[in-house]
Amino acid sequence: MGAGPALLDRRLLFFTGKGGVGKSTMAAACALLAAERGKRVLLVGVDAKGDVAAQFERPAVGFTPREVHPGVFAMALDTEASLREYLRLQLRIPVFGRLGPLARVFDFVATAAPGVKEILTVGKVCWEVRESIAGRAAWDLVVVDAAATGHIVAQLGAADAISELVDVGPVRAQTAWVADLLADPAVSAVNVVTTPEEMPVAETIELVARVRSDLRVALGAVVVNRVLPELFTHADEATFAALRHDGATAVLEREAGSGVRAVLDGASLAVSLRRTRAEHLAHLRAEVDLPMLYVPYLFVRAHGLRVTRMVAASLEAELGL
Amino acid sequence: MKAADLEELLAAKEIVVCCGSGGVGKTSIAAATALVAATRLPGRVLVLTIDPARRLATALGLDGIGNVAHQVPPSVLAATGLEPRGELWAAMLDTKQSWDELVLAHSRDEESAYRILDNRLYHSLTSRFVQSHDYIAMERLYELHSGGDYDLIVVDTPPTRNAIDFLDAPARMAEFFAGRLLRWLTLPYRVGGKRGTRVLNVASRPFYQVADRVLGSKFLEDIAGFFLNFQPMYEGFVERATAVQALLSDRRTTFAVVTTLEAAPLHEAERFCDELRTRGFHLGALVLNMTLPASLLSRDGASAADALVSRSAELAGALGEIDDEALSDHDRTARVLRTVGESFRNFAVVAKREAELRTELQRVPDVVLDVPSLARDVGDVSGLAEIARHLVGTISA
Repeated sequence: MGAGPALLDRRLLFFTGKGGVGKSTMAAACALLAAERGKRVLLVGVDAKGDVAAQFERPAVGFTPREVHPGVFAMALDTEASLREYLRLQLRIPVFGRLGPLARVFDFVATAAPGVKEILTVGKVCWEVRESIAGRAAWDLVVVDAAATGHIVAQLGAADAISELVDVGPVRAQTAWVADLLADPAVSAVNVVTTPEEMPVAETIELVARVRSDLRVALGAVVVNRVLPELFTHADEATFAALRHDGATAVLEREAGSGVRAVLDGASLAVSLRRTRAEHLAHLRAEVDLPMLYVPYLFVRAHGLRVTRMVAASLEAELGL
Repeated sequence: MKAADLEELLAAKEIVVCCGSGGVGKTSIAAATALVAATRLPGRVLVLTIDPARRLATALGLDGIGNVAHQVPPSVLAATGLEPRGELWAAMLDTKQSWDELVLAHSRDEESAYRILDNRLYHSLTSRFVQSHDYIAMERLYELHSGGDYDLIVVDTPPTRNAIDFLDAPARMAEFFAGRLLRWLTLPYRVGGKRGTRVLNVASRPFYQVADRVLGSKFLEDIAGFFLNFQPMYEGFVERATAVQALLSDRRTTFAVVTTLEAAPLHEAERFCDELRTRGFHLGALVLNMTLPASLLSRDGASAADALVSRSAELAGALGEIDDEALSDHDRTARVLRTVGESFRNFAVVAKREAELRTELQRVPDVVLDVPSLARDVGDVSGLAEIARHLVGTISA
């Protein structure tokens, strides 16, 4: 299906999606999967929540990457630290101590001016990739737990947007290579995480269209998270319906106890949940022609590393690795 | 104030702010809450939604409508079996239009308003500045409330990264317009008299040294120019933002925190509840949305599920006494019984996890409402009515 290179053969993978669909889990699982195949992976959290390390049962990480799992190094991006590094490395302006009020002013200007804040974020990520390709940094793969659907286009389009507004200056000069790196389909791809629910599917369809029209970044895969299992075949469904008739239910209650009704109700709920989700999934498939990776709903009580492992295993199977 | 249930809460308040992290169903809960008010209480209730799903927008008659409020026809409500006692109105938030209106309202004259509206930075400031969505939602709420057209306004909140952000939005907006930040940015240009002559003072010099090198001085000049145009409106803005802030902490306003029983959203909801309390805002209700039914936790259910899995063949045989074509193939019946039992066990694991998280909920408000996972999506008014029934019916005081 996928025309471009296989997912893990790229150097830079973004995971975006509507809030709550499992972006962080998916990014972490992808990092874990790559690390298990011997790659040295940098996992970057863009949200200020520090979720990336939690996926590996580790305390929150900062701007300096820390190994959270064999082969997986995690870091959290923040604007002030990015700015400081940017000034030091790109413009050779040393900054001592906290940037303090200066950072706040800059923060504001950066927010008001389209692309400045985003370029710091995406610029840092791309810089790590570029250094690795040049052999000066050791990341085989950089995985980004990226901004949600509402912001990702602004983030990845920042390099282009900023060159429209800033006519001269070092920022403009610095943005060209970022834009080029993102536009190289052999290097970078955006993956959209979704669940088979109405709003996440609608946002995914919209985002895929926007990425295609507004950005030069390649789309990788759509990862559909929390897919419920299909319980019955068509013929089985008739049998299940027959079990719900009073006579059959009475026999089962006699033989297996009064809890049978609750069990049958539970299966009915599972069937109808699955059915509405299947409709959304069909809609998604009809509208989006990207490779789809399906990750099942996990009926587990755990979260953290256990879930990351299980999701990684599903991705592995889906990718045919 | 203590409210025993949602109806009492809605009767006592004028504004309900629904908040919670993304994907928990805030929009549907807000709409259903307004529906509860319209069916249980007399008067006029408005639901202000931020980003409704298309089908829901259509159901509420909000297709392609900007900031204008529309009444949901009583016949639509009656068709769901709910007898309306009051009127249900709905409005959507159009961020761009709201900003434009705000600028027009605060400008001295139209010409200066359009100088701002036409500025290329204005668009990106209002549409990309994430906090501006938060602010404008609260601002619009203030506007609607002070208009005096509604007895109750239920407002959805924008999907932010951090649910708490919008609480600070008015204060941040006021601070920004009144603050040193802006003076720093515009002062060099003001002192210099005519545009292009920049006079730096000791305080702003380091900033400009860095900013010039990063952004180029032309760009900074553009920004300063933009804010100089904005300047005559500062006072009105600050005053307004302060009023918006006051409205949020007013005793007529209450907050409904919406969450699912999953670890991350619940954690966020708890943080949010704490934050509301710290700030002295009224936390009216906690809505646990899309919960699994309690029957999945029953012991009887568990033992029946075990029986279905381990004794499927025997049970399929016993079902042979029923004269039903669909039960005649015993192998098939046995397989279906096993699947049914296993599915119960699967969902029971999730239900137990939910129950655990529920018991961990500490310091919750007086009103906790349960809305179960519905068999279908909420895309129409009858779906909202179903949620509304649960909101009214399931009270654990």
